[in-house]
Amino acid sequence: MKRYSAFAVAREALTGHKGWERAWRKAQPKKRYDVVIVGAGGHGLATAYYLGKRFGITNVAIIEKGWLGGGNTGRNTTIIRSNYLQDPSAAIYEKARSLYETLSQDLNYNVMFSPRGVMMLAQTEHEVRGYLRTVHANALQGVKTRFITPAEVKKIVPIIRLDGPRYPVLGALWQDRGGTARHDAVAWGYARACSAMGMDIIQKCEVTGVRQEAGRVTGVQTTKGDIACDKLGIVVAGHSGVVANMAGFRLPIECVALQALVSEPIKPVMDCVVMANTVHGYMSQSDKGEMVIGGGADQFNNYSQRGSFHHVEETVRALIETFPMLSRLKMLRWWGGIVDMTGDRSPILSKTPLEGCFINCGWGTGGFKAIPGSGWGFAELMAKGHSPLTEEFSMWRFREGKFIDESVAAGVAH
Amino acid sequence: MLTLQCPHCGVHAEETELTGGGEAHLKRFGPGSDDDAFEGYLFLRENPKGVHFERWRHSYGCGKWFHAARCTVTMEVFGTYTAQTSKPPQDLLDRISEKRPGWRWRDLNEPA
Amino acid sequence: MSTRLATGGRLIDRSKPVRFQFNDTWLSGFEGDTLASALLANDKVMVGRSFKYHRPRGIVASGAEEPNALVNLGKGARHEPNQRATTTELFDGLYATSQNHWPSLEFDIGAINAKLARFLPAGFYYKMFIHPRPFWKHIYEPFIRQSAGLGRAPDPETRDPDTYEHFYAYVDVLVVGGGVAGLQAAKAAAKSGARVLLIEQTAHWGGRAAVDGGMVDGQPARDWIAATVKTLEGMENVTLRTRCMGAGVYDHGYVLGYERLNDHQPQADGPRHRLWRIRTKQIITATGAIERPISFAGNDLPGVMLASAVRDYVVNYGVAPGERTVVVTNNDDGYRTAIALKAAGLAVPAVIDPRVHAIDPPLVAQAKAAGIEVLMGRAVAKAKGGRRVTGIVVTAHSGEGAALREIACDCVAMSGGWSPVVHLWSHCGGKLTWDAHHAFFRPDPAKAPTGADGAPFVHVAGSANGYLFLKDVLQDAENAGRVSVGLERDPAPDANSEHAAPIHPVWMMPAKAGDDLRAKAWLDYQNDVKVSDVQLAAREGFESVEHTKRYTTLGMATDQGKLSNINGLAILSDALGEDIPQVGTTTFRPPYTPISMGAIAGQARDEIFQPIRKTPVHAWHEENGAVWEPVGQWRRPYCFPRKGESKHQAVRREVRATRNGVGLLDASTLGKIVVKGSDAGRFLDMLYTNLMSTLPVGKCRYGLMCTENGFLTDDGVVARLDEDTFLCHTTTGGADRIHAHMEEWLQTEWWDWKVYTANLTEQYAQIAVVGPKARVLLERLGGMDVSKEALPFMQWADGTLGSIPARVFRISFSGELSYEVAVPAGRGREFWDLCLHVGADLGITPYGTEALHVMRAEKGFIMIGDETDGTVIPQDLGLNWAISKKKADYIGKRAQERSHMTSADRWQLVGLETLDGSVLPDGAYAVADGRNANGQRNTQGRVTSTYYSPTLDKGIAMGLVHNGPARMGEVVVFLKEDGETKVKARIVNPVFYDPKGEKQDV
Repeated sequence: MKRYSAFAVAREALTGHKGWERAWRKAQPKKRYDVVIVGAGGHGLATAYYLGKRFGITNVAIIEKGWLGGGNTGRNTTIIRSNYLQDPSAAIYEKARSLYETLSQDLNYNVMFSPRGVMMLAQTEHEVRGYLRTVHANALQGVKTRFITPAEVKKIVPIIRLDGPRYPVLGALWQDRGGTARHDAVAWGYARACSAMGMDIIQKCEVTGVRQEAGRVTGVQTTKGDIACDKLGIVVAGHSGVVANMAGFRLPIECVALQALVSEPIKPVMDCVVMANTVHGYMSQSDKGEMVIGGGADQFNNYSQRGSFHHVEETVRALIETFPMLSRLKMLRWWGGIVDMTGDRSPILSKTPLEGCFINCGWGTGGFKAIPGSGWGFAELMAKGHSPLTEEFSMWRFREGKFIDESVAAGVAH
Repeated sequence: MLTLQCPHCGVHAEETELTGGGEAHLKRFGPGSDDDAFEGYLFLRENPKGVHFERWRHSYGCGKWFHAARCTVTMEVFGTYTAQTSKPPQDLLDRISEKRPGWRWRDLNEPA
Repeated sequence: MSTRLATGGRLIDRSKPVRFQFNDTWLSGFEGDTLASALLANDKVMVGRSFKYHRPRGIVASGAEEPNALVNLGKGARHEPNQRATTTELFDGLYATSQNHWPSLEFDIGAINAKLARFLPAGFYYKMFIHPRPFWKHIYEPFIRQSAGLGRAPDPETRDPDTYEHFYAYVDVLVVGGGVAGLQAAKAAAKSGARVLLIEQTAHWGGRAAVDGGMVDGQPARDWIAATVKTLEGMENVTLRTRCMGAGVYDHGYVLGYERLNDHQPQADGPRHRLWRIRTKQIITATGAIERPISFAGNDLPGVMLASAVRDYVVNYGVAPGERTVVVTNNDDGYRTAIALKAAGLAVPAVIDPRVHAIDPPLVAQAKAAGIEVLMGRAVAKAKGGRRVTGIVVTAHSGEGAALREIACDCVAMSGGWSPVVHLWSHCGGKLTWDAHHAFFRPDPAKAPTGADGAPFVHVAGSANGYLFLKDVLQDAENAGRVSVGLERDPAPDANSEHAAPIHPVWMMPAKAGDDLRAKAWLDYQNDVKVSDVQLAAREGFESVEHTKRYTTLGMATDQGKLSNINGLAILSDALGEDIPQVGTTTFRPPYTPISMGAIAGQARDEIFQPIRKTPVHAWHEENGAVWEPVGQWRRPYCFPRKGESKHQAVRREVRATRNGVGLLDASTLGKIVVKGSDAGRFLDMLYTNLMSTLPVGKCRYGLMCTENGFLTDDGVVARLDEDTFLCHTTTGGADRIHAHMEEWLQTEWWDWKVYTANLTEQYAQIAVVGPKARVLLERLGGMDVSKEALPFMQWADGTLGSIPARVFRISFSGELSYEVAVPAGRGREFWDLCLHVGADLGITPYGTEALHVMRAEKGFIMIGDETDGTVIPQDLGLNWAISKKKADYIGKRAQERSHMTSADRWQLVGLETLDGSVLPDGAYAVADGRNANGQRNTQGRVTSTYYSPTLDKGIAMGLVHNGPARMGEVVVFLKEDGETKVKARIVNPVFYDPKGEKQDV
C-alpha cells in the first residue's frame, strides 16, 4: 500500500496523478475463507480490519451486495459522541470515539474526525435532570462531559435562540471531544487498509443463502457462487432480518426509514453539533458549509429508503425554533436510510443460534459513531468467542429482561 | 406519505392521521408461557421485505385500530381490515397471492 | 461585451425600467428581466467564484439548472444566500452581492487555489492533513471550512420577517410543467372532467416553444400557447399556477409544490412562499429537458454558455451575451442559436460541429444560408481568456487538440445535446432507460413508480419523455393526458414536423484530448470537478457512480448535477470501459431545486410552533407571575415568586404555607379517564397491577400500570363511580398515552369485552385544596359535608361547593389533609377565585409543581419519570403491596417473571440522607469498589429525587440502591459531577415526614 501524505500528493502532481494505485483491490471470491463478513459498510469493514490487526486473521472476505459504504455508512449525519447513560453503551461508544481520535493516522487515510463538540440541549426540567444524571454516569465511565449553562450554550453556538417562546434553553449536556467525521472516508479508509492486509472486498455480490451442517455454519451462497467459511459475520444494517432468515433465526428488529437533509452551503456559522431532543431535531455544519439536519424516524416498516415528508417538516420546524436564521436558508437535498430498530433501541452484537455465525445489527439511528468500537468488539467476539465490549449486547437479553435502554436520558439516540 | 382507508369509518386517511402499531396477528403469551413463546410474542418480528400485515390506529380520526396488508418495498396496499380478528381475511390472502405469486409470510394458522 | 439589444425581448417591458444594485453599484434593467438577464445587459459577465479553486464564474444557463450565478440577495433580516440569478425576477431596489471571494469578486485571495489546482486533485484531502494529529481540527479544517461555504450566512440574530404557509390540494391529475407538453396534457386530461392542477416553475407559460417557435394547429406556437392557457383558465375543473415548482414526489401520490408568491415583489403583503401538499391520483411530469455543456478545456470561463441560454437571453430579454459568439454543437438544435444571433444582428464567426453531414439537415442549411461559417468535423481544443473568454482554438475533433486556427470571440454557445428532466419520475422509484440514439436517459415506461394500488401513477410527457420535436411532444402529451384519466389515445394537434441529423455524443472534446486539456475541462462548474478528476477516481477504484460522485463531489453542488451528471457519468463509463447504462445514475432526491426552510416549516413557528394546552386557571397563573415549566404540551406553574423572591424562596414559602395552613394546586392537567361497562372491573384488573374490580363504589385506590414489557409506566388514583364505572387518574404526561394504551388493548386484544373509555381530562378543572386548614376552607364554601365521617380518606363524594357542582376526592399527594375538587372546566376559574377569596385570612397559598415535588418527596411518594425511567419495575420501588397476588394475569406480569426482573441483585428504592445535611446532587451515582471489564467504575445505586426539605430543614433524597431496603443505616458514597468529590449518605426509610400517615387521615 502506497502511503498517503502531502508529499505523495505533491510528487503525484508532477506526473499528472498517474501513479496512484487502486484504493482497494478488485477481488473475485476464493472458494474458502477463515471468515466471511456479509456487508461492506463501516461496521463490516471495521470488523474485518480489527480481525486482521488485532488477531492476525487476514484470510477474510467482505462481501457486499451493492457498493462498499453505500448503506447507512454513507447516509448518516456523521455525528460522533459517547455521552451515553448506560454502562455498556458508554463503553462501546467511548471506545469508538477514542479510536476515531487516531483513526486517520491508524488507517493512513484522513477521515476528518473533527472533535468540535456535541451539545444536547435541555429544554425541560425533566431533561435537565436526565442530563445531570448522564454527566454523573459519564464521570464514572471515563467519558468527559459536563452540564453547561444557557450563557455557555450561546457562547458556543451564537445562532441559537435561548428564549424561544415555547421551550427556552435551560442548559445543555456538552461533550467537547464529540464531533463529526467524513462518513465515506471511514468506509474507504477501512476498505483500503483491509485490502492492504490481503483481505478480499467483493462488491456487487449478494448473499442468497447461508449453508450449515449440524447446527454449524459452513459458508454462504452468493450471486458469485458458493463461498465456504469457518465463521460468518452478518453486518447488514437495514437487511439484518433478511439475512438472519437465511441463517434460520428471527431477530427482535423492525426496519424503518430515517431521514436526513442538508441545506445549501453557507459560510461557517456553527462549530459544533447541536441536538434538541425535546423538539426532535439535530444539526451540524459540514466542512462544505451545508447544515446537516436530522430528526425522528418513521413509524412503519420500510425497505424503500424513502421516508414521509411530514417528518422533514417537523424536523425543520423544530430547528427553526432553535435556530431562527435557518428560515432563510434552503433545503438542498433530502434522503432516507433504512435502520434496524430493536426492542430497546440498543444494538445487538452477538453469537446466534447457528454456531460460528455472529450478528452485528440493530444500531438504530446511531450506528456511524460506533463504527470503530463496534468493529473492535465484534472482531474480538468473532475471534475469541467473547468480548467485554459486546457482552451485554447479546440477542438473548430480551428474553431475560436485561435491557440497555438509552431513551431514559435522551429521547432520540442518533 | 401513505394513505390507508380506515375500514371502520371509510375515510382514506393521511399518514399524519394515523399511528403505526407494528406487526399484526401476534398471539399474546401471558404468565406461565415459556421463554421462547414470550420472546417471540413481545420481541421477535417477521420484518419482511415484501408483504407485511400490520396494525394502524386512525388516531386523529375515528380512533379505531385496524389492520393493513402492505408491501414494505413498494408501499402497495393490498387491503385494510378490522383489527378484531386473529388472521387476515381469506379473500385478501387470495388477492395477494394473485398479485404476488409465491409470496410467503409466517404461517398464519400457527401461533407466532 | 454583453449588452441590451436595441429591440426585441418578448418578456421585458422597455417602458418600465427597474433599478437594482449588484456589488453596491446601481444598475438598471426592465420589468420582466431576471437578475441574470439584467446583469448581462449591464456587461456583468463574471458574477461569482467557484467553490474549490475560486475560479471566475459567469452565467451559464437561463433557468433552474444554473450552477454559477449564485448571489447573496437582500439585506439585513431579508438577506438570503445562494439565490440563482437566473430564476430571480428583477424588482425595483433589488440588492445582490456576489459570493465566495475575499476581498472582492475581481481580486480574490482564494484564487491562489486555482494555481495550486494540480496539487488539489479529487479526494486530495483524504490523502493529506493526516499529520500531525491535532492540526486537522485546529489548522487544516478551519482553513478549509472558511474557504468553502459559498453564500454569506444570515446574521445569528436574524428573525425572518416574512411569513410562509401550507396549502392542501386534492386532485385527479397534477401536471408539472407549463410548456407546450404540460398545456396539452392538462387540456387532454381536463376534457374528461377530471380535476386538474397545472403548475409551472417560472412566471411564464410555454417553455422552450415560446422561444424556438414553430407552428401548431396552423398558428405560431406563441399564439397557440396563449389560446390554450385561456382555454384552461376557462375550465372550472382546472387550476393553474405559475411560479410554482413540483419539488418532490412521494408515495401514494403525494407531491410537494413550492410556490414563490412574493419573491418578485418583496414589499407585497401576504406570505412569501407557499408549500403545496398535493394528493393526486395521477401525475404527469412535463418538466422538459436540460441542455448539456461540452467538456473542452476552458469551458468554465465566463462567457461560455449553454446555446439554449444564449438564445433565451436574445429572444426573451433582448440581451446579447456577446458581440461575437462561436457556437459549438454536436446536434442540430445548437444551430438555432446561431440563427437567432444572426437574426438579431450579432456576429457568429463560426459554428463548430464535430459531425460531418453528407446532406445538410434543414437547420444547418438555414445557418449556412444566413452566411454563417460551419466547421464540420471540428472541435474546440480550448477556450482562451481569464475573467472572460477571448477566443477559441479550433482543432480536428478526432485528434488530440492540435491547433488548426484561432477564432476571437467573447461568447461561446455550447450544446452537447439534451437530457430529459427525469427527477420527479425518479423520486418515488421510477427507473430510467438509456436511449443510445439520442444519447440520454429517459423514463422507462415499464418501470414506472407505483402507487397504493400497485399501478403506475406517474406519466411523462414531451421532452421530459425524450421527445424533442414539437409534433412528437404534443402527441406524447396528448397521450399522457388521456391515459392519466383512463381514456384511449387520440390524435394531438398538428404541428410542423422536423427533420434533424442524429446527435453525435461528445463526452470529451476533442475525442483524444490529452491530460493537460482534460485537467482544464470542467464537468461540475460550482464544485470544480474536471474530466481528469473523474478519471482519477476511476483509476483509484471508485467504480460505482456513487463512489465517484462522493470522491470527486461531482453533482453535489447546489444545482445537484443538473448540468454535470450525464457528462461525468459518460467519462466514468469510458474510464471503466463499461457502457453508460451499466454504470447507472446516482439517485435523484427531492427537492428538484432547493426550497426555503421557511416554506417547509410553514405557519407553525414561535408561539404556535406547538399548541400550548391551557388549564381553566392558566390565565390566573399568568397574571400572578407563574414561572412556567413545560410538561408535555401543557405549561404548569413551577412556582409563584413574589416580588423580590427567588424561585427557591418561593418554593419554600409555598411548602411551609401548605404544611401549616392551606395551599392550592391547579391539578387540572392530571389525566381523567372514564372506564365504563360490565367488564370494566375485569379490564382494570388487567390494566393495573392491583385488584381494581373489588374496589367498592365510593372509594378510591392508588394503582400502578405497567407496560407489557413489565416496566412501570404510570400511576394514579382510581375511583369507582358506580358498579360499571371507574374514573382513572393518570399523570399529566400520561393522559393521552394511557388512554391510547387502554384503547389498544380493548380494540385489538379483548375486543369482546364490554368496556368503553373516554378521556375527560379537559372536561374538568381539578383543584387540590391541601393542608391542615383545607377542611375549614371547604366548609366555608359550603354545600356539602366534607367532615372526616362523611368523607373519609380515600373516598369521594359528589355535591356542590359554593354552589358549583363538584366531585371531591379525599386523596393526598402531600401527606396533608387534602381534597382534590373536580368542577366543570367552565367553572374552574370561578372555583379557584372563590377559594382564594374565602381562604384569604387563612393564608391560602397557590403552589406550583416544585412544591408539589418537594412535599411528595418528603412523604416518600414516587414520581413517574423521577423514580421510574422506563427500566424500573414496581417491585424495585417497594410497591409490592400494590401488586395483586391473587390475579392470574395483568399487563406486564409475564415480563416481570423473567430472570433479570426476579434477580436479587436489583437496585431498590430507599431514602437517602447526607451525613452533613446537604442536598445530594441530582442524578449522582453511588460507587462500589473496583472497575468493570471495560474499565468503568462500579456503581451500586443512584439518586432519583433530591430536594432541600423546608419542613425538615435538610437535604432529603430518594434513590435506587443495590439491595437497598436490606441495608438501612449503611453509609454509601456518592460522587459529584467531577467523578471525585465524595458525598456520604445514609440509607434510610424513604418516608421522611409523618411516617405513620396521621396528617392526611384527619
